[in-house]
Amino acid sequence: MSQIALLGAIEVGLLFALVALGVYLSFRILQFPDLTVDGSFPLGAAVCASMIVVGYDAYLATICAAFAGAMAGIVTAWLNVRLKILHLLASILTMIALYSVNLRIMGRPNVALLGEETVFSPLEALDETYGIPMFWALPIALMVLVIIIKLALDWFLNSEIGLAMRATGENPRMARAQGIHTDRYILGGMALSNALVAVAGALFAQSQGAADVTLGVGVIVVGLAAVIGGEAVMNTRTVFRATLACIVGSIIYRLAVAGALNSDAIGLKAQDLNLITAVLVTLAMVLPGVRNPFRKKGRAT
Amino acid sequence: MIEVKDIAVTFNAGTPMETRAMRGIDLAIPEGDFVTVIGSNGAGKSTFLNALAGELRPDSGHIIIEDTDVTAWPTAKRAGLVARVFQDPLGGSCASLSIEENLALANVRGKRRGLGAAVDGDIRSTFREHVSRLNLGLENRLGDRMDLLSGGQRQAVSLLMAALQPMKILLLDEHTAALDPKTAAFVLELTREIVEERGLTTLMVTHSMRQALDIGNRTVMLHEGRVVLDVKGDERKGLEVEDLLHMFEKVRGTEIDDDALLLS
Repeated sequence: MSQIALLGAIEVGLLFALVALGVYLSFRILQFPDLTVDGSFPLGAAVCASMIVVGYDAYLATICAAFAGAMAGIVTAWLNVRLKILHLLASILTMIALYSVNLRIMGRPNVALLGEETVFSPLEALDETYGIPMFWALPIALMVLVIIIKLALDWFLNSEIGLAMRATGENPRMARAQGIHTDRYILGGMALSNALVAVAGALFAQSQGAADVTLGVGVIVVGLAAVIGGEAVMNTRTVFRATLACIVGSIIYRLAVAGALNSDAIGLKAQDLNLITAVLVTLAMVLPGVRNPFRKKGRAT
Repeated sequence: MIEVKDIAVTFNAGTPMETRAMRGIDLAIPEGDFVTVIGSNGAGKSTFLNALAGELRPDSGHIIIEDTDVTAWPTAKRAGLVARVFQDPLGGSCASLSIEENLALANVRGKRRGLGAAVDGDIRSTFREHVSRLNLGLENRLGDRMDLLSGGQRQAVSLLMAALQPMKILLLDEHTAALDPKTAAFVLELTREIVEERGLTTLMVTHSMRQALDIGNRTVMLHEGRVVLDVKGDERKGLEVEDLLHMFEKVRGTEIDDDALLLS
């Protein structure tokens, strides 16, 4: 694998680490299997790209993408807690609806960002002044950003409100008895989760130079692959370790995919990506000792 | 003062499965009373407790805590007034959170939660003090996950959690039923200590007539969703399980055929 391919894999891995953190919040913390992600990722991309092409500031556009994602999460949570629709189904409904919404936002299936000012544009100056090429600067910048978000999330989850959110997912009856309004925490947690995913979508569109309505296909599986993969390679007893595992898992997953695609001997091509993803997730799930939402072993409920 | 006024609950109303779990329960519990509640299966004990906790809204009647009508308040809103220990040792805590995190959750029961750290050095030493009274060695294991503890240890911690914040009433839902006799005795003794030391108004549901008479200052028996017996003071002193059975039979006019009630 070439250096550029390697750094490219790490870059995408870091972007999807934000998705993994979002999936960790919904699947693990709230124990809410949320497929909204497949819609909120392209939603973030669509909102951000559409705003940038009509002249809005890229940072503002990214923040708006986060809000849009939060709204998507709130819709799913509301369908579940207010209308009592099964969580999985509620999230599928939102995901499907978002496909249309995303087409409406962009007005067409995709929006190109070539030549537009993005949040990554300032990095180009590094190349001119210090000779740091973009393929180095981008992953480093993303690394810093992802670590900041991870630490903020750690702090949040260890706060009184964050602890209440963890109790909401783990034992809602006990949580209510402690005065925790579980419905509100589900709404808030889902908003936060999908905001993270939408930011990932917005940054992905900006780094790849385009937003596309089909960007979201399989994002949830990639996010899960990162979460489960991370748990497979390290212990996740504390929040600090669990969120770190999301990031590590996401990067490992991308490296594994890049490795598989770049190895001529296997003969896999880009179109095999989703197949590889499914195989990798399956492998991660059947590895002994892996904790995952679909196979709970000997764990009291 | 807790006042329960004529509350009734019917499950599956209007269907062949209709169950009238409570048919008009009236009960006034003055501050400082420790009431034990007994009754056979289906007598309405759990429904009564759930109605008090807010898990269940009665079809009619009122629940008044210190002059506030809380009948329509959901559990979370009522949590500042009501503390509860569940029957299931797994039910009252979060298994994957640590002991100190569980205590921290209960330490702000019914209060506004903020973005400050839930567990810090100060609160940890307070928790250590509370936990050390159990003599279970848990004070050195505050960071351990709750699911590493035995059922009895968990119920003991659940009791501590319930007592961290002031409350108007403590609800104990057969909290020793899932424990072995020795552990049950330990948890019951701890219950007595905590309730006495804080002068808590308490309502304890139990399956055991012996337990119902040994602890507390008042015993209430429910049958088919009604209060059929309410003894306290001199009348209760010197009362034996046998007497309780006879009183119950007299009130009901039938022989008791519930083995669980007799044997436990």
